[in-house]
Order: sequence, then structure tokens, then C-alpha cells
Amino acid sequence: MDTKLSPEDISFRDEVQAFLKEAFTAELALQVNNSKTFKAGQIEWQKRLAAKGWAAPGWPTEHGGAGWSVTQSFIYETERSRVGAPDVVPFGLKMVAPVIYGFGSDEQKQRFLPDILNSDIWWCQGYSEPGSGSDLASLQTKAELDGDEYVVNGAKIWTTYAQYADWIFCLVRTDNSGKKQQGISFLLIEMNTPGITVNAIESIDGHHSLNEVLFDNVRVPVANRIGEQDKGWHYAKALLTHERTAIAGVPDSKRFLNELKNIAKQETCGGKALIDDPMIQSRFADIEIELMALEYTELRVLALTAEGKSPGPASSLLKIKGTEIQQSIQQLRLDLAGYYGGAVTDDTDQLGHAFGDKARSAFMYGRASTIYGGSNEVQKNITAKLVLGL
Amino acid sequence: MNFNLSEEQNMLKDSVSRFVQNQYDFDTRRKIVDSREGFSRENWQTFSDLGWLSIPFSEAQGGFGGSVLDTMVVMEELGKGLVAEPFIATVLLFGGLLSKSSNSADHASTIQKIIDGDVQGAFAYLERQSRFETCDIKTTASKNTNGFSLNGEKTVVFNGESADKIIVSARTNGEQCDQQGISLFLLDANSNGIEKTSYRLMDGQRVANIVFKDVQLSSDQLVGELDHAAPLMQAVIEDVMIAICAEAFGIMQVLNQTTVEYTKTRKQFGVAIGSFQVLQHRMVDTFMACEQTQSLLYRAACSSASNNEEALKDVLALKVMVGRAGKLIGGEAIQLHGGMGITDELNVGHYVKRLMMINTTFGDADYQQQKFSALSNA
Repeated sequence: MDTKLSPEDISFRDEVQAFLKEAFTAELALQVNNSKTFKAGQIEWQKRLAAKGWAAPGWPTEHGGAGWSVTQSFIYETERSRVGAPDVVPFGLKMVAPVIYGFGSDEQKQRFLPDILNSDIWWCQGYSEPGSGSDLASLQTKAELDGDEYVVNGAKIWTTYAQYADWIFCLVRTDNSGKKQQGISFLLIEMNTPGITVNAIESIDGHHSLNEVLFDNVRVPVANRIGEQDKGWHYAKALLTHERTAIAGVPDSKRFLNELKNIAKQETCGGKALIDDPMIQSRFADIEIELMALEYTELRVLALTAEGKSPGPASSLLKIKGTEIQQSIQQLRLDLAGYYGGAVTDDTDQLGHAFGDKARSAFMYGRASTIYGGSNEVQKNITAKLVLGL
Repeated sequence: MNFNLSEEQNMLKDSVSRFVQNQYDFDTRRKIVDSREGFSRENWQTFSDLGWLSIPFSEAQGGFGGSVLDTMVVMEELGKGLVAEPFIATVLLFGGLLSKSSNSADHASTIQKIIDGDVQGAFAYLERQSRFETCDIKTTASKNTNGFSLNGEKTVVFNGESADKIIVSARTNGEQCDQQGISLFLLDANSNGIEKTSYRLMDGQRVANIVFKDVQLSSDQLVGELDHAAPLMQAVIEDVMIAICAEAFGIMQVLNQTTVEYTKTRKQFGVAIGSFQVLQHRMVDTFMACEQTQSLLYRAACSSASNNEEALKDVLALKVMVGRAGKLIGGEAIQLHGGMGITDELNVGHYVKRLMMINTTFGDADYQQQKFSALSNA
């Protein structure tokens, strides 16, 4: 057992730091942090990563992965989050790509993977439906075969960034006769296909990232189906496990906690810095200690994965704890902001409390994290069954 | 980066685990704890024969030259068996102070006796007023023509009843709570002027309050430097905190496992109670608490073993989590066992009581959390 960095690891860290300094400029930071310029900024950031060969480090090297060790991934994530650079938008690089290189045809790999790697296509995820939330397998969006095309009818919901997307990867029902997990197929659908309507859903943070996507006799070539018909659930499940690992969000939580400490040192009540308030200290310590533990829980899971073992049910733990910590941080930030946590304005700089608006919107949108990716209650059901054998 | 045990560590783990399985079932343990000393001398000799007593001592001192990680492996397994023999008091605390002191060469023969299982030791560091502050010391060792004269009282001395030799922290300089002016002395438990009151803690271990009245000491009996023993004391306690947290981790695993198994067999309303979602979610919470504890244990042990500058912060975080997670896991284990959970007959309550004492030992979660905050927000 050993967590010391080797000399090679240290020179890798230097390389990461140097790259971030050059590639993640102040100008780019402003761009990705403003909702009006977010898409362009994010794509530019991902293209710079791709040019370095780091857009999708976890992919197999033959498709453009970086072949990093667990330690190197850890170093990269830590350094990235330290400078405030965003993670890549996951839908293409982290979600659909593993399904394509894992289960897709050679033709599909050649057609999609290079574009995904270079962020030339923006993807969104068509899983949840109005009637299928945590019970995802009950989904009813129908795809009926008609010649060499499927005709898709139904509705997807909570589709993040569908308004920006060029393509959507969808779970659709191709057979209703057996168990609900059977009879699901995995389709890739171009968003400009006739019959697709995207309706915006404004969320409680006052922003628009979520959408409803309606399918009305949308014709999709059979060639856009991944793997076999009716086996889509199997392909998606592999991806869901990955999604749960990714949403633990440890490096970003670390950065946010450090930001909050600086805020708590500056903000005062009765002439005393908030950081000197024992109640506030106790809340910081609770979060920080859980986070220090989760960082190593994640490393333990990653080390297992590196040995070729599946992260499996342990990924549920990462999802539950990770999102609980994210919400505790959001709550603390909102409380530190005091009245300014209620301010609804694009320009909180002017008010002298630049973090107020972010505190409010992050808190409100953050309620989603214990719901998406399989609600935390469902994660507990999974853990009880698969880990505890109950 | 890897979290696997070495081949040697796996052998050590198997060795302790086999002992617990073959020679330390719960009824045997109960008899041992109820005996006069609260532990078995025969087992102690076995520990020596198996080489466990030599683990933390350097090869030059005749030991195994193990690290914090090796001790961790042993302690986790001892925890699973709720082993009552005073490994912590004699080997880790008493032995740790001797082996890490600047004048450890002067104490080579005592260290050899520890390794051979021929001496029981204790570290007398607490006082009535001190609570968790190890530097709050009223006991004085004042200079006289022959050396020092020791006066004062030490409380809750682990293994204080059976110890042949005792290391005492005493003030040789400075004010009551100063870091400076603390010295450690090694003395025979039967020295003139020592009076003991023995009692039992709820985890079964025997402890003593010890009064020192004009006990005559020579400067040969110093452990470490005169007036400057605080850093030695703190370094050893930091290591032992990791060790008792590893013990706690072993206990937590047993409690969780026992509880999950029980809910699979206990039937009410015609079904196993483990089929109830409300109980399942609570057992997932205790499972996660145990996993998080394991992560911090590995984090703290690795950073301590590599002298990482964050080591103290990691150890404090670990101690806080062990206190909090222990409370959750222990509480749920009793609750889910229902009426049986509150019987003395069932092993659950005994495991829980040891977890509670581990929380208190060297400062509870609330105390350590304040220290953590001070360090982390600095």
C-alpha cells in the first residue's frame, strides 16, 4: 500500500500544470462561466484538450485515449479543478463514446468517435421519460421497424442541453412482450430529423438547461442502432455504472470548499470573520472530512478498475456520498452569502458579493444531483441488493 | 498508487486472523476479560512467539522493523476478535515511547523484554483535570540532590494494574498547560511511594489511577529529553491513534456483517426483517460509513508512513470519522438486533462498548474536530 507520487508522476504533474496555464486562459474562463457564451467556450476548451490528446484520457488508446494510470488521472483531475477549468461535457466523451467503442460496429466507431473526440458533435442523452424516472426500464418511447428505418414516437424529458445538441442517444422500446429490461434498443438520432421538437424547461435556478424532447414519427436508419435490437439495456447499464462514478465530483467539491473558506474568511458578522464561528467551523470540518474520505474511496475504486475489476456496486456509494457532499457545500455557500444569496441578478459584482447569485443558482439546481443518475434512494436499493445481499 | 497489502502484510493478517478464529471465540474472550487481570498471560506469550510484539520496533532494536501500515493490519484483525490483551498499552504506547525516544539505546533491554513478552508496560499521561489535553500536567518531578522527586496523580492508566514498568509524564518546568517543561520518566511499578487504585472500563480493560508521593527518580530514568518530551508524546499518540482506528475499522466490519446476517434470518410479520426497505437503507448507511472509514484509515496510514506533511490532518480527520461512524454503526447494530441487542449475552453490545472507548481515547470526535479545523483553516 502506497500513495506516494513517483518522480515520473511529479514530472507529469508539472506537464499538466504547464498545459493548464497555457490552455485555460482567463478569457476562456470568462467564456465558459457565462451562460450566453458557455457552449462556444466549452467547445473551444475541449478542442484544446483534444489537441493535447487529453480530451478523453479514459478511452482505449487505439481510439485516442491517453493511457493514463490511476495516479495520472488523479493528478490531472486535481490540477484541472485547482485552476477552475471545467470538466468536459460528459454526454459525448464520457457517456455515448464508451457504448460506441464497446458495442458499436466498426463503421459506427469510424463515423462517430473522431467527431466526438474533437467535440465537433454536441450530444444529449435521451433516457428519462415523463413516466420513467428512477424506474428507467419502464420507458415507453416506441421504435417500430419499417423497412430499413425505425419510426420513433414518444417523449424524453430532463434532457440536458438538448437545445445545443446535434445528436441524441436514446433508449427506445422495440418489444413489449417480455420483461421490461428486454425489448429496449439503443439508437443514435440526429436532432434535425423531421418530427423532433425540443421544448425548454426552466428550472428552479431560473436557468434553462433542461428540456423535453418530443418524437413524432421520427425516421431513424437501422444503421444508427448500437449492437443488437432489444439488447439496449445491457449496453446502457455499462454506461450507467460509469455515470455514477463520474458524478461523485470530488475534485470540484474540493475546489468549491476552498473557495468557501476564502469567502468565510472575508465575510463578517459583528466584526468577526465567519470562519471563526464555531458552528461554521464545524460545518466546514464535517464536509471536508467526508470529502477527504470520498477522495480515497474513489481512488480505491479506480485502483480496482485499473486491475481490470469492475467498479460495480461501489459506484453507487460514490454517487450517494458525492452528491450529498455537493449539496452540503451548496447549502453552506448559500448560508455564507446571507441576504445576497437571495439576490437575482446577472451582475452581483456590482453588489459587492459576486458569489451571491452563484450561491443561489447552484443551490437550487443542485437539488437535482440526488435525483439524477438514478436517485440516491434507488442507489441504496441497488447497494442493499448487490452488496449486502438483502 | 496502490491499496494492496504486501505479501508480508497478508501473512501477518492471516496469522492474527487465524489466532482469533481458532483461539479467541467470544466465550473464551468473555472468560479472559472476567479474569483478575482482564487478559491472558498465556496469550501474551503466544503473541511474542508469533512475533507480533516485535512489529513496531526497528531491526536494530531487535524488532521486525514494521511501519504504521503493518501495525494497522494487525490492529484491524485484533479488533475483529475484540482481543483484550494490552497490545496498545504495552507495545504501542509504552514501547513506542521507548523506541522513538532520543535515548532509545538506554532502554534497549526493556525493549527486548517487551519483544520477548517478559514485561508489561503502561503510559501514565492523564490527570483528573486534563481531559484530552496531554500537556495539561500538574504532576511534578522536581530536582533534588539525587535526581528528581515525583509527586502527583495520574488517572485512567491503561494496563496500569498489570504493568511492571510505567512511563510517567511530569512537569519539570513551565506552567500547567505549557508544551515546554514536560519530561517522561521510566519507573518500576513497585517503586516506593506509588499507590494504585484499579478499576475496569466498560470495554473490559483494567486501568488504574496512580498516586506518586515523593518517588525518587534518577536522570537515567528519563525517556527522551528533559523538558522537551511533548513532541515525542504527540508523535507516539499520533501513531497509536491510527492503530486504534484500525481496530475500530475491524469492529465496524464485524458489527455490520453481524447485523446484515441477523436481518436475513430474523422473521417478523412472516418475512425476514432485512426485506424492509427502511432497514435496508439504514444498513447501506452503515456500510458507507464503514467504507469511508476504511478510506481515511488508508489515507492516514499511507501519509504517516511516508512522512507526508498532511499526515496530522489526515489522522485527525480519521479519528473524527471513527468517532462519528462508530456511533452510527454501533447504534444501528443494537437497534436492528431489537431486544437481543441490549443483552449482555450477545456480542454486539461488547463490540459497541469498545468502539465507544476508542472514540474517547486520545480525545473524542468533537475535540479532534476542533483541532482539525484549527489546522485546516490556518
